Amino acid sequence: MMDKIVLAGFGGQGVMFIGKVLVYAGMLDDREVCWIPSYGPEMRGGTANCSVIVSEQEINSPVIELADAGIVLNQPSFDKFRSHIKPGGVLVVNTSIVEIGSIPDTVRVIAIPASDIANELGKPALANMVCLGALLPSLSLCTMKSIEKAMNKLVGKNKPEMYELNMAAIQKGLDVAAAMK
Amino acid sequence: MEKVFGRTKGLTDVPFHYCPGCTHGIIHRLIGEVLEELDIIEDTIGVAPVGCTGFSLDFFSCDFVGAAHGRGQAVATGIKRALPDKIVFTIQGDGDIAAIGTAHAIHVAARGEKITSIMVNNALFGMTGGQMAPTTLAGQVTTTSPYGRDCAVVGTPIDLPKTIATLNGAVYVAAVSVDTPKNIMQAKKAIKKAFQVQQKGLGYALVSVLSTCPTNWGLSPVDSLKWLRENMMPVYQMGELKVAKEVEAL
Amino acid sequence: MEKVLLKGNEAIAEAAIRSGCKLFFGYPITPSTEIVEYLSKNLPKAGGLVLQGEDEIASINMCHGAAATGARVMTASSSPGYSLKQEGLSNLAANELPVVIVNINRAGPGLGGLGPSQADYFQCTKGGGHGDYRLIVLAPSKAQEMYDYTMNAFDLADKYRTPVLILADGFLGQMMEPIELKERPAVELPAKDWATNGCKGRAKRKICSYALTNEVMEGYCLQWEKKFAGIQQAEQQWEEFYADDAEYLFVGYGTCGRIAKDAVLKARAMGLKVGLIRPITLWPFPEKAFAPIKNTVKGIVCVELNAGQMIEDVKLAIECKAPVVLCNRQGGMLPSENYILDAMLKNFNIAISEGV
Ligand code: SF4
Repeated sequence: MMDKIVLAGFGGQGVMFIGKVLVYAGMLDDREVCWIPSYGPEMRGGTANCSVIVSEQEINSPVIELADAGIVLNQPSFDKFRSHIKPGGVLVVNTSIVEIGSIPDTVRVIAIPASDIANELGKPALANMVCLGALLPSLSLCTMKSIEKAMNKLVGKNKPEMYELNMAAIQKGLDVAAAMK
Repeated sequence: MEKVFGRTKGLTDVPFHYCPGCTHGIIHRLIGEVLEELDIIEDTIGVAPVGCTGFSLDFFSCDFVGAAHGRGQAVATGIKRALPDKIVFTIQGDGDIAAIGTAHAIHVAARGEKITSIMVNNALFGMTGGQMAPTTLAGQVTTTSPYGRDCAVVGTPIDLPKTIATLNGAVYVAAVSVDTPKNIMQAKKAIKKAFQVQQKGLGYALVSVLSTCPTNWGLSPVDSLKWLRENMMPVYQMGELKVAKEVEAL
Repeated sequence: MEKVLLKGNEAIAEAAIRSGCKLFFGYPITPSTEIVEYLSKNLPKAGGLVLQGEDEIASINMCHGAAATGARVMTASSSPGYSLKQEGLSNLAANELPVVIVNINRAGPGLGGLGPSQADYFQCTKGGGHGDYRLIVLAPSKAQEMYDYTMNAFDLADKYRTPVLILADGFLGQMMEPIELKERPAVELPAKDWATNGCKGRAKRKICSYALTNEVMEGYCLQWEKKFAGIQQAEQQWEEFYADDAEYLFVGYGTCGRIAKDAVLKARAMGLKVGLIRPITLWPFPEKAFAPIKNTVKGIVCVELNAGQMIEDVKLAIECKAPVVLCNRQGGMLPSENYILDAMLKNFNIAISEGV
């Protein structure tokens, strides 16, 4: 089994951080993992994306032609990645700021107003975590438990309040997405 | 009988293969004497990039590393950073330090690299047969300025020590000459100070020594000394160009 | 053993620290910058020093000086910066100084792009600098190998008194994978009884490679030739993946090597006898890997991120006894496993039987 996940948004929306959480979660579960940034001078302002592969087998090719799942946090990312999801795959869309245009009907879209939900939680920067929560049930190799472990490793020690906020946002995203079904 | 003039322990017994009348030999002797007097022969690593100074590797009694053209000071930086307690010096021609090696010359001084550089300035590329260097004087004939250096085309000679003296990390900069016994004494004093600066860890020190190249100047050794006095000394600022506060006490 | 997540570049830097590298001289350039950044943060804690040179030329010459004292030293750069180091590399090879160099290849020529590329293969394996010398070139294909090969590079450099290059691309440099921080394997290495570190209690030493007498210079050249011939015999490294019974073969290194593994697995699932040889040392090129198969293999696809460079070495290694075709992407683009498998099926008219 293998999850290939693309993550995209504005630089500064925390796209790389979603990737890190996923990849730590995989590693702490003893999976094979690989985190691939799209690097360049686009650190802020432009679109930023990274990909994550979590796998039960050794990861050979790190090239993702079609992903199993994706999160897009802004419009340019939606426009770019809507055709990068495999048939039967899932795309989480932050509908607070993305207008869902045409997309292959083989892709299951999870439309979630993540920025609005994040605002309600009091921290607009949490939209990324809301989307992660919405995606979680669709991943084959990642559970809430492993996310908790990863979050603990990443922010738990130094910023316990960030841990709580992030986990709350993930839970909220998960709940909202479940209610939409 | 008492021996009044002997070869310094700072030099090996390999005979100089410099041209007759070339003042390189004097400069070497002065450095050798300083190494001996400061008792640092065994603690010193010298660096010589190519050029007539490139022969130095065999002449000094201390360890020596050869470097590519212009790179002596970068190599010396690597040695000093690896062995901060050792004494590291470069000996380089003007056609090296003031041309292809300029970037390193500026930056060792800017960093205050704790090394000593001896620049031998004879206003051309000696070893390769007398080509124009950035230090070649206006109107001076060399094989690549056969009609004389045309400053309208290639600019005026660069007085590198003056530039180096403007940088904070350079704490001692002097320009000396070895054309008379008196000047030789002064040159030795400057060279000694440049090494003491390093021993005390005060910063970067540069001594430029005006030197003759009878072979490529096409002059007798005696006429060369005269030419140096009459033509080079007025162009290149002589004496101690910079003595930082912390160096004054030396 | 606990694993940590590191970018490939950081893995190189961490391995350098754990290999006893005490000095790093470099100049930042994308996509190798994490190496100098990681070391700037962590090497001082390990008692070492990072010095940012005024340029790449200064940096490689600082390595020259530090190596001459016997210290373990490294520099890193990316293609345009690596070009600037060539004069220095030639001098390191001639003066027989052990230095580890990293080139995180980006797309070129010229200023080029930042994406993954293998366009420096010729430059890295055939010279780059002037004169008749070779660099040992190691090509990792994942973060763990970035770590392991760096440790190996320091030992090879000391063993042979020669500069050793790690060649990877921006993709490998930036990608994050879990790494086991293995301890440095115990290796017996020759004493550095040539180092210029002050002549207390011994005769003076000099490190210098030039001679103005042709007879003397020829003597030096013969010595270097012998040394490089010895390395060529002793140090070829490669990985085989389903290669022993393969009728068709991929050859690829670095990123291409790992992508090709998935193409092999796909082909095998179709019932095709396809394998891979992944050169680990690009110089010496692993000719020995091809000896057992050169009379039996029906066709080879050489996968590269350039216009076709290693393919020449592959053809030489099999003495042109089988057709070798190129499958490539350039400019920072990567091929997928489907793309390169397709190249193999099409070029060699391999029919896929139904039902497998
Ligand atoms: S060429 Fe000139 S500088 Fe060189 S040794 Fe002869 S006289 Fe001296």
